[in-house]
Amino acid sequence: MAGFFDIKARKEAAAANGGSTKTAPTKDTNRLQPWVEKYRPKSLSDVTAQDHTITVLQRTLQSSNLPHMLFYGPPGTGKTSTVLALAKELYGPELMKSRVLELNASDERGISIVREKVKDFARMQLSNPSPGYRDLYPCPPYKIIILDEADSMTQDAQSALRRTMETYSKITRFCLICNYVTRIIDPLASRCSKFRFKSLDQGNAKKRVEEIAQKEGVRLEEGAADTLIRCSEGDLRKAITFLQSAARLVGAVSVQKDEDAMEVDEDDKEGNVVTVKSIEGIAGVIPQDTIDKLVNAMQPRSKGLVYEAVAKVVTDMVADGWSATQVVTQLFQSILYNESIPDIQKNKITLVFSEVDKRLVDGSDEHLTILDLALRISNILAGA
Amino acid sequence: MALLVDKHRPRSLDQLTYHKDLSERLRSLAQSGDFPHLLVYGPSGAGKKTRIVATLKELYGPGVEKIKIDSRVFQTTSNRKLEFNIVASVYHLEITPSDVGIYDRVVVQDLLKEVAQTQQVDQSAKQRFKVVVINEADHLTRDAQAALRRTMEKYSPNLRLILLANSTANIIAPIRSRTLLVRVAAPTELEICEVLAKSGKKEGFLAARELEKRIAKESGRNLRRALLMYEAVHAQNEKVSDDTPIPPPDWEALIGVVAQEIMAEHSPARILQVRAKLYDLLTHCIPPTTILKTLTFKLIPLIDDALKADVIKWAAFYEHRIRMGTKVIFHLEAFVAKFMRILEEYLMGMDF
Repeated sequence: MAGFFDIKARKEAAAANGGSTKTAPTKDTNRLQPWVEKYRPKSLSDVTAQDHTITVLQRTLQSSNLPHMLFYGPPGTGKTSTVLALAKELYGPELMKSRVLELNASDERGISIVREKVKDFARMQLSNPSPGYRDLYPCPPYKIIILDEADSMTQDAQSALRRTMETYSKITRFCLICNYVTRIIDPLASRCSKFRFKSLDQGNAKKRVEEIAQKEGVRLEEGAADTLIRCSEGDLRKAITFLQSAARLVGAVSVQKDEDAMEVDEDDKEGNVVTVKSIEGIAGVIPQDTIDKLVNAMQPRSKGLVYEAVAKVVTDMVADGWSATQVVTQLFQSILYNESIPDIQKNKITLVFSEVDKRLVDGSDEHLTILDLALRISNILAGA
Repeated sequence: MALLVDKHRPRSLDQLTYHKDLSERLRSLAQSGDFPHLLVYGPSGAGKKTRIVATLKELYGPGVEKIKIDSRVFQTTSNRKLEFNIVASVYHLEITPSDVGIYDRVVVQDLLKEVAQTQQVDQSAKQRFKVVVINEADHLTRDAQAALRRTMEKYSPNLRLILLANSTANIIAPIRSRTLLVRVAAPTELEICEVLAKSGKKEGFLAARELEKRIAKESGRNLRRALLMYEAVHAQNEKVSDDTPIPPPDWEALIGVVAQEIMAEHSPARILQVRAKLYDLLTHCIPPTTILKTLTFKLIPLIDDALKADVIKWAAFYEHRIRMGTKVIFHLEAFVAKFMRILEEYLMGMDF
């Protein structure tokens, strides 16, 4: 038993000593890791496309003072990555454990936790880093508490934080991360400096995806990167997940457990190319001709025929398992860009879309809802 | 004596009869060593579960078929005790968190963390991670789904999730962006026919092409239902031929009666009669959505073309109400009343 602990301790020591060089054991786990984790930015400068936020944070790195922070923005824009990278740059691997507390929605976060765990951690006095270590990392005299997915915290728990944030502000900084800033109660929001993470623009996301593809030895078909970005709607994590899945599908064959498996794997992958079609398949995008079929069925003609045609297409779509939200999104696109529909009809149709979307979110039956949507649109198209 | 559905369920990826390319994809995923989190969706009876079980077998070998049922007790923050059943093998767990209703978050948090924090003990195991299969993932509450988010990333070396859902509409975007989406489409009628024929041959039933075709059509591309109907037909008749009638399920027959009644007379008295039948259906645990949907699709062929769009509109409207409200009978009756009114208006040629 003692030997077991020894190994663990040694590993830790090894990891801590070679801060920049990756050691053997981590490499093994890396291979099994999702690329999203593997290519999580290691430092602030690696974070893609959030220039404004990064500049501000880098400046605080030098001044060694940090405000309470509130990061908000759509999923997959790098909020968690940024704060983790920041913490890494501030404290280095050794102090990360004692100086950073990360709580997310998968941890129990009711009011009792805020009162006990958060308060205890906030109250804790700082340990002094060794002098040599201090040269490597700034190690500012405060701890960071990261509350990930803070918008799923209850109101009570949030208000319990208020005073805690102020009382211990000398030795503790809070970083709240959320998707919807409106779900954070005002008193908390006003105590933090807010950073908005904007949806990634095409160019930057594309660059990052191509970079990863290159590192992993995955060859992309012409236009595949653009498809990835389009399907992922500005969510870089989604784009990377899609890329990895696509790479697995076309290239992943046998994997040996040996160390040199990496090279063998890459050779195999080079023979195969990730195609636009395989990406669309993974992303669950409905083929354009299926949508066209539905649009065609909705075109006005005598009443009975419309119902028969639409009902048939919709039944087939539901049986094929296309997700209703995807149908709604793509149908919306297709109608919005259809020049032959007059604006006044588009207006009416948009209203129908809004109602249907709400119903789907509430969990209504997909078959009935989509059928209703299609029939109502066709009614509007007929000029009623 | 097992049902046909269970008896002839394919056990490995090779035995699956349709969606060959999907099986191929699952196989290459299982063999690639870095299995992703999966979100498998598709209509019921399309074979989602069968495919998952086969994939698990591909991942771990026959060991996954030795399953046992565990009963566990969880405690909520308000000290309520929850009993929860887990189907488990050495390599995987299978849970249905929606069993415990709004407390699913507790189960998801506690259980997944526990699994994630223990490493695979068995040295000879093919994979380092355990798989947790979550049934009815689209019924998970928002809280539970939020709880899954970081767990999926943080513990990915030890844990893979497979979520099973009927649709992706209720799965929050952060989960969708962390999983590989796998769509399992329902089999076509032709494919159902093939499966029925194969199954019948194994059982020694006489082949009846036309009957199989009719069953495939009646089943609405739901393979499980088709197999059950097929078995029912054979159980009820000594000798089946091409024109043996297919007995509809009792509840469907009853809804058919309701539809006829609504068509025949439009009066408050009739609503009362219908109410009794609706209550009857509800007490037999027929889901209200199914009642409303079946009723609508039974009514549609009976009415004039001009009304169809309108009826669908109101059906969708009241279905939404059923979801939002608590007392389903109100909304079912409201639909019946609305339908009568629309029809009456149309017949009188009036416009209010």
